[in-house]
Amino acid sequence: MKINVSHTAKLASLPITPSEVKKFEKQLDETIDYVEELNEVNTENVEPTSQVTGLENVLRQDSAKPSLSQEEALSNAKSRYNGFFKVDAILDNE
Amino acid sequence: MNNLNIKQAKEGLKNKKFSSVELTKACLGRIKKVDSKLNAFVTLTETKALEQAKLSDKAIKEGVELPLLGIPIAIKDNFSTKGIRTTASSIVLDDYIPPFDATVVEKLKSAGMVLLGKTNMDAWAHGSSTETSDYGASKNPWDIKRLPGGSSGGSAAAVAADETVAAIGSETAGSIRQPASWCGVVGLKPTYGRVSRYGVVAMGSSLDSPGPITKTVEDSAFILDILAGMDEFDATTSPNPKGKYLQNLNKDIKGVRVGISDQYFIKGIDKEVEKVVKTAIKDLEGMGAKIENINLFDPKYAIDVYTIIQRSEVSSNLARYDGIRYGFGRERFAEEAKRRIMFGTYALSSGYYDQYYNKAQQVRTEIVKDFEKAFNKVDVIIAPTSPSLALPLGATKDAAMFGEIADVLVEPSSIAGLAGINIPVGFSNLGLPVGMQIIGPQFSEALVLNVANMYELNTKNALWRSKKPNL
Repeated sequence: MKINVSHTAKLASLPITPSEVKKFEKQLDETIDYVEELNEVNTENVEPTSQVTGLENVLRQDSAKPSLSQEEALSNAKSRYNGFFKVDAILDNE
Repeated sequence: MNNLNIKQAKEGLKNKKFSSVELTKACLGRIKKVDSKLNAFVTLTETKALEQAKLSDKAIKEGVELPLLGIPIAIKDNFSTKGIRTTASSIVLDDYIPPFDATVVEKLKSAGMVLLGKTNMDAWAHGSSTETSDYGASKNPWDIKRLPGGSSGGSAAAVAADETVAAIGSETAGSIRQPASWCGVVGLKPTYGRVSRYGVVAMGSSLDSPGPITKTVEDSAFILDILAGMDEFDATTSPNPKGKYLQNLNKDIKGVRVGISDQYFIKGIDKEVEKVVKTAIKDLEGMGAKIENINLFDPKYAIDVYTIIQRSEVSSNLARYDGIRYGFGRERFAEEAKRRIMFGTYALSSGYYDQYYNKAQQVRTEIVKDFEKAFNKVDVIIAPTSPSLALPLGATKDAAMFGEIADVLVEPSSIAGLAGINIPVGFSNLGLPVGMQIIGPQFSEALVLNVANMYELNTKNALWRSKKPNL
């Protein structure tokens, strides 16, 4: 087994069931084996490409512009309080 | 009149042959008649569409001229639409109503479109079938026991079935071209950065490219004229001047150098696909194109590069769905999204970054260089879009890398950010559409569209062009 599914799911904050752990272990190990085919390609001294059209350091003026109103920004929140998003406490959780 | 293309619909509206309300009603009527079979739409915006059509008719009477005034359009459900539910076909976003429009939507609205509704897709655009949609798979209009392809499968099916005049899709690697191929319509994947990604539910941020799905190449050029250009909300949009895509069509293609690579007629390719595409290439040769055999980087490595890059970027992009600001919690992610998030999380995790993501980005450089080399010798590259015809429903079951493998022929050009288009070139014996892709260098949309259009013009009387899905 190459991938520790329970640990990875925790990192990604994904709730998964024990039967899913088994299934994903098999499938993800297969995917890892599959992509290891890339080792056949010699990439010594090759620079990685992350931006294909070559744009770099795209800057703009840092000026305030009209944006969403508070009401609009909160319009999809399931839980709100006094004009804020309300979230569960995260400190002291463990 | 729902079977009209944009050009014909515009002429009809201009000459007062029909109103936008009549045209919109014709499309809505068609949707009501056939969409229970096709499931191309996730959300229908009937009331808003009729209101907009009424306003368009008034504007037309007043002499207002806008490129899409009164024309019904369907939009893939990963484009944010202000006040209209946007789910990306995932129940994580089941009740999400965006407070803003994607730039693409904003541009189409300014151009006067009538929005019919939001089309089905693979959830989060993860797939090439629509089978990962939480709202059920869409069906292929040419055979409803088959898949339309994906992820923009709903848009492609809606256009093929004449439920709409045109549609918008998005492609990360194949998601416009492959469903267009399987449904027998025109699908343009613009160069990365040619069309703004702002407001599109992000999948693979270094790859995502929105584009049109249409009935003709002319319509494709017409919509690209509206969508292309820089956007202050998407820093990757290019300052490279945009072309006049519609105006540039109908240029002679005599002497245009077309590269053909044996590597793209891969082992296991459907024999009918191979035959029909090779006939189309012969047709282009007859129109004066110069066909040259070229060698390209083996597309099989593109599957690996794409799998790593896309899943890594997915894991990062989908981290934002926490159910706090909008949508529901992460327990609602279905299997495919979970699989991709976990693979990406693994590939980016400490100790593995160099082995996977960095390695994939290095091979990406090799693929970019390989295309640059090829485009020194030829102007465009032509290949089948998909190695198969539309596959039966259920084809993706337990195929953990279905999308990545099905899209082997479109991944290399997506990884390099190139322009590409799928055009229909005929049918199999069973009556399933065959698609061919024309790939050009970055920002060569004008050239790619022109070659596609010349093929379309020169084959407009071909018998197969008169076929329509029987629904």
